[in-house]
Amino acid sequence: MNLLRHARYVLSENPVTGLAFGLFAMFLVAAIFGPLLAPYNPLQSNAAMALKAPSAAHWFGTDQLGRDIFSRVLVATRLDLAIAFASVILAFMLGALSGVAAGYFGGWTDRVVGRLADTIMAFPLFVLAMGIVAALGNKVVNIVIATAIINFPLYARVARAEANVRREAGFVEAARLSGNGEARVLLGHVLPNIMPIMMVQMSLTMGYAILNAAGLSFIGLGVRPPDAEWGIMVAEGANFIQSGEWWIALFPGAALMLAVFCFNLLGDGLRDIIDPRQRT
Amino acid sequence: MTALLDIAELAKRFEVGHKRLLHAVDEVSFTIGRGETVGLVGESGCGKSTLVRLINRLLDPTSGSIRLAGTELADMRARAFAGNPNRARIQMVFQDAGDSLNPRYTAADAIADPIRRLKKMSGAALKSRIEALADMTGLPRELLTRFPHQLSGGQKARVGIARAIAVEPELLILDEPTAALDVSVQVVILKLLQQLKHELGMSYLFVSHDLNVVRLLCDRVLVMYLGKIVEAGPAAELFADPKHPYTRALISAIPQADPDKRVGRLRLSGEPRSPIDPDPTVCRFYGRCPKGEPRCSAEMPVLRTVGPARQAACHFA
Amino acid sequence: MTAVPALAVEDLSVEFRTRSGIVKVLDHVGFSVDKGETVALVGESGSGKSVTAFAVMGILDPAGKVTSGRALFGGTDLLALSERDLAEQRGRELSMIFQNPRTALNPIRKVGQQIADVLVRHGGATRPDAPRAAVEMLKRVRIPDPERRAEAYPFELSGGMCQRIMIAIALACRPALLIADEPTTGLDVTTQAVIMDLIGELAHESGMATIFITHDLALAAEYCDRIVVMHAGHVVEAAPARELFAHPRHPYSAKLLAATPGETASLAELASIPGGLPDLRRPDLPACRYSGRCERRIDDCARPLPHRVLDERHVVSCWNPL
Repeated sequence: MNLLRHARYVLSENPVTGLAFGLFAMFLVAAIFGPLLAPYNPLQSNAAMALKAPSAAHWFGTDQLGRDIFSRVLVATRLDLAIAFASVILAFMLGALSGVAAGYFGGWTDRVVGRLADTIMAFPLFVLAMGIVAALGNKVVNIVIATAIINFPLYARVARAEANVRREAGFVEAARLSGNGEARVLLGHVLPNIMPIMMVQMSLTMGYAILNAAGLSFIGLGVRPPDAEWGIMVAEGANFIQSGEWWIALFPGAALMLAVFCFNLLGDGLRDIIDPRQRT
Repeated sequence: MTALLDIAELAKRFEVGHKRLLHAVDEVSFTIGRGETVGLVGESGCGKSTLVRLINRLLDPTSGSIRLAGTELADMRARAFAGNPNRARIQMVFQDAGDSLNPRYTAADAIADPIRRLKKMSGAALKSRIEALADMTGLPRELLTRFPHQLSGGQKARVGIARAIAVEPELLILDEPTAALDVSVQVVILKLLQQLKHELGMSYLFVSHDLNVVRLLCDRVLVMYLGKIVEAGPAAELFADPKHPYTRALISAIPQADPDKRVGRLRLSGEPRSPIDPDPTVCRFYGRCPKGEPRCSAEMPVLRTVGPARQAACHFA
Repeated sequence: MTAVPALAVEDLSVEFRTRSGIVKVLDHVGFSVDKGETVALVGESGSGKSVTAFAVMGILDPAGKVTSGRALFGGTDLLALSERDLAEQRGRELSMIFQNPRTALNPIRKVGQQIADVLVRHGGATRPDAPRAAVEMLKRVRIPDPERRAEAYPFELSGGMCQRIMIAIALACRPALLIADEPTTGLDVTTQAVIMDLIGELAHESGMATIFITHDLALAAEYCDRIVVMHAGHVVEAAPARELFAHPRHPYSAKLLAATPGETASLAELASIPGGLPDLRRPDLPACRYSGRCERRIDDCARPLPHRVLDERHVVSCWNPL
């Protein structure tokens, strides 16, 4: 299939993208099979084994309750990725659709969407997320909603700019001449064309969404102990850095970093593959 | 010849801030008969793009009438026209074929789009219709699965034509269809257009700035300047004996290889007058025209008959 | 003509490295332009006419490489110059104007300043004097109300005006050679006529040599002294303009003429050119890149191309010319 061949070509030209895909595959495996692959039960405390440094038995060491950090980091992948993924999809649906409408129709649609985006951006985004989770309740689903809302302006803005450019394009006029009503033109003609940029956006905001979820958990909102989640783990581990137990915070922190890094690179690589203009 | 398209006093004025009006199309009237090819020439800013969009109903007129075989189209709103049963009767071939094709649609998708929307065909019937159209326009069938960026200029042009004729329009507007093509490809496409016109019994409105091409293809020619038609007549006669000074300037500007033929040339200097709130008593060409009599700034010349089938809007034609 | 030509391109070959292989875009291209002469480089898309100009000016795409040849300009080989030396020549002795004038100008700088920049960089003008000299240039290119226009930004001016500005910038330092790459494509026909007249007059005034790149044969014939016809990276014919039109000797030139709408042809009389461009990535390209689509092909056409000099200044590269 053409797509596969092109994908292979892009990856061969650009080893860094290949690396990103490799990492993504790794995270995906961890997310799906985490609980099966974990050597220990992530929730199992074992006071006797508390605060042990990394060793052959415990690759990432143990935390203050004796839980195996490697298992926890592995299992947390599912939660972190799921939260990030869900918020990105939600942000895309809300933001891209309103942005495209705003860019294509202009006028009042544009003004309403614009004001909405401006209002959201008037707040320091993390504070807004905190406020939303605090107001709606300390549940994982609210982290998703909060992250989606704070990302909405970005999607709306990019979608709006892209739609605005395409509005004048010949193929949009041709679509109208072909009997496509305005909704059809937007969804069937304009939207597919902005998907490559949207894919890049989505991948980039995945990284941001993960950080956001971790951040909220870090300050005690959203995910609560004993659930394994990178942010909480870093929060718990932060208390122990001074006393020398560096591994408790470092490994979840490294996982976070790696995930964000992976998604940032992935965005660019995905765009190269999806945009048909890049195909020969 | 019964008129297929009857344009009467068509006008489009745009508001450009603080109650000022831009007269893009100003009380234009003309007809296109069945089976006729009418050329529309004029330079940038003359209003031909706006006129085209009024006729193909992508834009609503400020006033005037657009009758297609008796049906009044001007009062049907442009925004809702996509769903109008008359949509298929007027179609267009675009200037930049590449720009007019959705980059994410294959050639087959592009051609299928109007057929799906307007003729409600699908499945096997649709597929064979697409293939028939590809054959008709000389597009090799294997190219149907390609994307626009994988096609050459001439191939894209054929896709654009196939799409435009797919719903069997009565009037086909051709907006500089060969402007972006090499001269050799242009010949092929022009011949194709000629052939299709006869096969499918369409009328053409051929918009172009290339007067040589217009001369080849058109029965009659309309010359537009600043929103008004300044001259109309049969192609051969208009080129041989232009009546309006602007037409003469246009023809003079055509590059001429043979120096002996470079006679009676008229060079235009300066820029056109502003189309915003133009003075209704002053000829639009006044100031740039080599002639400039007092009458020209006191009385707007109307398009009047100056010979058999010849019209010109000039006091001295 | 024994005078040294203003520019003599000899044996120029250029290759491009692409995803799908090496494309031999230009193959032993050669032509010359005399002082005060206007030469048209005519060809369809893919003929290599723009690449030739870019190679001479040293502004080839990084994927392109000159693999042979010289471009002798005032005794120096431009292709052998360092980037720094070449930059000294560009703008002062050697100038270029492009298609699409509005995008070739800096959109956020006033046009008067853009002309002044060139005068200061290459023309030896001082910063305080430059604006006045810029207004003088605007007068030379017949822009009405030059003092006011000098303060305008490109987006405020029409296409024709922008092209005049570009000409003003290009000619500010009175270069010996001007290369014009499709300067009137996209302009209205009346504006085109005026711009072409202007270039001709200014060239005549200063004895400047001009290379004019176009796909429009008739335009070349009206405004140029000589025409060089290119096909798929080869020069196939070069002749005085009138001569080429009246008696084309290369089959491709004749076909090109037969496809150009003029005033006498009806649509039925116009003929397209059979076949298409050869794939320039092939390692086994024939010596004559037109032979694949030529009706007059003979066995000799497999041999390396000849350069038949037919009479004064009419050269054709064909074994079986008309």
